[in-house]
Amino acid sequence: MRPFTYERATSPADAVSKAAGRRNVKFIAGGTNLLDLMKLEIETPTHLIDISGTGLDQIEPTEDGGLRIGALVSNTALAADPRIRRDYGVLSRALVAGASGQLRNKATTGGNLLQRTRCPYFYDTNMACNKREPNSGCAAIGGFSRQLGVVGTSNACIATHPSDMAVAMRVLDAVVETQMPDGATRSIPIAEFYELPGGAPYIETVLEPAEMITAVTLPKPIGGKHIYRKVRDRASYAFAIVSVAAVLQPDGSGRFACGGLAPQPWRVEAAEQLLPQGASAAAQRLLRDAQPTEGNRYKLKLAERTLAAVLAEARS
Amino acid sequence: MIQDEDFKVSRRGVLLGGVATTAIASTLSPTSSAQTSLPQVEPVSLRFTVNGQSRELMLDTRVTLLDALREHLDLTGTKKGCDHGQCGACTVIVNGQRINSCLSLAVMHEGDEVTTIEGLGTPENMHPMQAAFVKHDGYQCGYCTPGQICSAVSVLEEIKAGIPSHVTEDITAEVGMTNDEMRERMSGNICRCGAYSNILDAMSEVAGEIA
Amino acid sequence: MKFIKPAQQNPIDQGRVVGKPTTRIDGPLKTTGTAVYSYEWKDVAPNAAYGFVVGAAVPTGRIRSFDLAAAQEAPGVLDIVTYKNAGPLGLGDFNTAPLLGGPKITHYHQAVALVIAETFEQARAAAGLVKVDYARGEGVYELSDQKDSADPTDAAPDSSQGDFQSAFERAAVKIDETYETANHAHAMMEPHATIAVWEGDELTVWSSNQMVEWGRQDIAKTLKISPDKVRLVAPYIGGGFGGKLFVRADAILAALGAKLVQRPVKVVLQRPLIFNNTVHRPSTIQRIRLGASQDGNITSVAHETWSGDLEGGGPEASTQASRPAYAGENRLMQTRLAVLNLPEGNAMRAPGDMPGSIAIEVAMDELAEKLGIDPVEFRVMNDTQVNPDDGKPFSRRKLVECLQRGASEFGWEKRPSPPASKRDGRWLVGMGVAAAIRGGPATKSAARVRLESSGKLVVETDMTDIGTGSYTILAQTAAEMLGLPLEQVEVRLGDSSFPVSAGSGGQWGATSSTSGVYAACVELREKVRMALGLNAEAELNFADGSVSDGSAERPLTDALATGPLEAEGEIDFESRGDDHSYFTFGAHFVEIGVDVHTAEIRIRRMLAVCDAGRIFNPVSARSQVIGGMTMGAGAALLEDLHVDARQGFFANHDLASYEVPVHMDIPHQECIFLDGDDPLASPMKGSGVGELGICGVSAAIGNAIYNATGIRVREHPITLDKLLDQMPEPV
Repeated sequence: MRPFTYERATSPADAVSKAAGRRNVKFIAGGTNLLDLMKLEIETPTHLIDISGTGLDQIEPTEDGGLRIGALVSNTALAADPRIRRDYGVLSRALVAGASGQLRNKATTGGNLLQRTRCPYFYDTNMACNKREPNSGCAAIGGFSRQLGVVGTSNACIATHPSDMAVAMRVLDAVVETQMPDGATRSIPIAEFYELPGGAPYIETVLEPAEMITAVTLPKPIGGKHIYRKVRDRASYAFAIVSVAAVLQPDGSGRFACGGLAPQPWRVEAAEQLLPQGASAAAQRLLRDAQPTEGNRYKLKLAERTLAAVLAEARS
Repeated sequence: MIQDEDFKVSRRGVLLGGVATTAIASTLSPTSSAQTSLPQVEPVSLRFTVNGQSRELMLDTRVTLLDALREHLDLTGTKKGCDHGQCGACTVIVNGQRINSCLSLAVMHEGDEVTTIEGLGTPENMHPMQAAFVKHDGYQCGYCTPGQICSAVSVLEEIKAGIPSHVTEDITAEVGMTNDEMRERMSGNICRCGAYSNILDAMSEVAGEIA
Repeated sequence: MKFIKPAQQNPIDQGRVVGKPTTRIDGPLKTTGTAVYSYEWKDVAPNAAYGFVVGAAVPTGRIRSFDLAAAQEAPGVLDIVTYKNAGPLGLGDFNTAPLLGGPKITHYHQAVALVIAETFEQARAAAGLVKVDYARGEGVYELSDQKDSADPTDAAPDSSQGDFQSAFERAAVKIDETYETANHAHAMMEPHATIAVWEGDELTVWSSNQMVEWGRQDIAKTLKISPDKVRLVAPYIGGGFGGKLFVRADAILAALGAKLVQRPVKVVLQRPLIFNNTVHRPSTIQRIRLGASQDGNITSVAHETWSGDLEGGGPEASTQASRPAYAGENRLMQTRLAVLNLPEGNAMRAPGDMPGSIAIEVAMDELAEKLGIDPVEFRVMNDTQVNPDDGKPFSRRKLVECLQRGASEFGWEKRPSPPASKRDGRWLVGMGVAAAIRGGPATKSAARVRLESSGKLVVETDMTDIGTGSYTILAQTAAEMLGLPLEQVEVRLGDSSFPVSAGSGGQWGATSSTSGVYAACVELREKVRMALGLNAEAELNFADGSVSDGSAERPLTDALATGPLEAEGEIDFESRGDDHSYFTFGAHFVEIGVDVHTAEIRIRRMLAVCDAGRIFNPVSARSQVIGGMTMGAGAALLEDLHVDARQGFFANHDLASYEVPVHMDIPHQECIFLDGDDPLASPMKGSGVGELGICGVSAAIGNAIYNATGIRVREHPITLDKLLDQMPEPV
């Protein structure tokens, strides 16, 4: 871990102003991913701004009947919130499917969105990784790729986004609220929040330097049956091989997004239109542009069968 | 790339690593003449409560809560199994919630109340969960054990508090003190010796007593 | 003391303490965080500096140059150990790869430098500045590619009996299948760690090591100093499973570092380094051919196994599992060893037997099905009381009883038939069985016992407790021998200044080390007799703190008039003889569910019925068995160090990506021990079970998966991707 200086921010405005103009600064809250990466020198900030005292730990109703979730609300608190459990069950389910109890107690809503990939080549600094070190190559392509992405990937990167929560947020059309150093705020629909890797996999989100996530808002509840199905080898405390977040309506229509397949939560609205035709049609549309490796081709079938499981659960 | 702004102390006149350098990787970055070294870290003060005692430390910003306990306070009951949040051996209870102390900077715990395995009980005066672990042989090598026990104590609290888990059947309903609930919630504490079945017996006994 | 078999009636037979379920005497320390592990000895080295290991970035090749300037200049750095300043190093008897690489690199993440600094944070950061310029060499990494070039090995010679080839050709029913097992990591929870302290030319290391004497010798050999100058201390060890049988880089680098900076140094191997830096259980390819008569008598058994290791390394001797297993007069056992440039392969819990049991016990299931015979019955039919491999009778073999008891307890008669015929909600449900067979070796072991004036009995031996329960069974043994309550016995372990024990490995520890304490106690009993002037001819009875020769009864403390009484003893099993085969036996029963959609596999029930003669402490023995079952479940369903043959390393080298079982993977586990003694085994009349529990369990899981789905996967671990293509469409 490289040396860094440390200061505490007292408010979002204070945090972004402290970050403004600095080149190698990171906000830290839960720290469960950032410190892991700093120990391995995958992240090497020289200054940390502790935002845990900025007061963003509330869940409040919005004017249009939704909820605004402060960026610092812990995964545990969010999963346990009665409103989330009642109206956004898929989100609660996704949260408790992730990590461990200890990690969920520390991990925050904002930080969860910004988790970095678990690709083993990203994690080993001896290996070529375009995400970690621009233009160094990708050792994962042609390497051990069983866990890695099949769609939305590029010839520069086949990493997946590891979050469960973000998959549910994507299916719920969450909006990411941010604050900039100049006082401006942005509301970024989660559909537009993540960047595909293309030739620049080191750019993962649309966030600008010193821009800070302050909240995630959920639109008003959409009813339906909420399901989060996470498939993994180990029964718990493991990243998804494939996951499906779905909100399904009694008439057979619905929404779904997948984790474990792509560099970001993977949702294709055109595939949702095919849900009434069954899992096969919807999954094929979802993965139409897939480019799996030999090592992860099985994920295509697994995604389809997981979606079938979700549809079966919704019917039951 | 120079990052002078972050370090006020003099730095032996050498450069600081830039954003994405990885110095270990000689295969990627063959020896270059532009070697960089590191700045001195100015210690930061920390005052917090550990096992009921107020403690004050001056720490390198990089010291984790885990290393603060083990290396600075000699509380070695909390174990370092992986140092990356992948095993749970470092579990401690902070402000009533269990966390992985390896993935938390010590300086971020100003004013916090930390309970470690040493704070739960002593060999002469064991916490009921510690006694239940002994009774049911809920450990073998003992290295993951403090983390398991800190988690086990917290898990019973979490279930009582109605926090849902992955195995909660109805996420809107009350949470039951079931075997599956305990097993799922304990899954962030790896025991390679394989004492899981016995740990569950120990927890069930304690859960029965507090229920 | 030589063990003369069969063991006669002896004080252990009283069974007042030995054999009674006993909670561990080290339990209160371990559960309160007060047991001290290797990195935690603050008082012996309060000023210890911190070492951080740099691992090689290439799998083979040479170091062309180091650039250490930046690291040397970094704050807090005291010095850096590399091969350039380490001086000439030897290679330990038990090491294949040098523990400090350079200029030659033998495997990925081989240690190439130790950065020593005032603090851990400083050492770690400076390690990131160490620049090494490598000339990367060529290497081979895939066992399947090197299979044809693999050679026979003296470490596991081939053997044959009868005429396998023609018997197999004539066999009415046969199978010929190939099985694969993965590379496994020990992944013990305590990373390898050492504190090294020099006083003059004398070195003391507090180092997490299962085999204190081997460790002491190999540290001396590696550092080219006299073993008399080395003391190794390891009273608490956070798991080993074979990964700490031998000296590793932490110990050597800490010692070199402490010498270099002239003060104590402590080193822990960082977790992401351990998987490639240390050792692993090598993957195997195994071909099994079994032939049987129509009525189910096995006539021919062939087990061929291939594995790889570094040049000079050893095989994964998987044929061990088939050699003693079942009858069949025509046999062929073959081991081939390929050279691979992966990290060093070495012993992991039940080496050879564990992966071998996957092959033979799945093959037995396959042949049973072909014969139309129940797999429990098929094993019972082919039981043998004589080891077919060496022709010697087993000292004790209760495999049939284990199978039958297990079948009855588990409800085996409810096993779904045919396969893939039982559904429970989203789960396809199946049951599987396999035998557990593992050698019951015993080896020389010494101890010192001392009756102190307080009345306390102190036991000292360099035996280790790696979670096995050694502290407690040694205390039980001593308490039984001297007629004292358990609380009055203090056991001190894991210090090379104590008498040399068997150490912890190969399932030999329990029976050997207790027998060593038994031997020492026999000596001490004689000293008590002399001190009290008791009848030299009479049988002494030690009970309740007193000793009696039948005519007089005296408090033990009376023997301490002239001070503490101390005795040393050693058990020697040399004479245990060549006329018996020593093994332990068991049977695993498993019920699993396979998700109809996703093919996720979850274990629902597990039972092991085991027999190893007298069980010294049913509490810790049970834990050993369920621990083996848990690790075997990992091997069956999860564990696979993936070889990246382009990079020449194990790619998933941390505890997030190398998945071992967690709580949620493991259901309630049952373990039953059969009653009875094995007087041929040792004076204790029993053997250890530390490795028995892992043998066969993965096969039982594989067999259960077949029973649930009708899909036979011969490549372990059995993960959902290997089932998906053949999974029936869910209805």
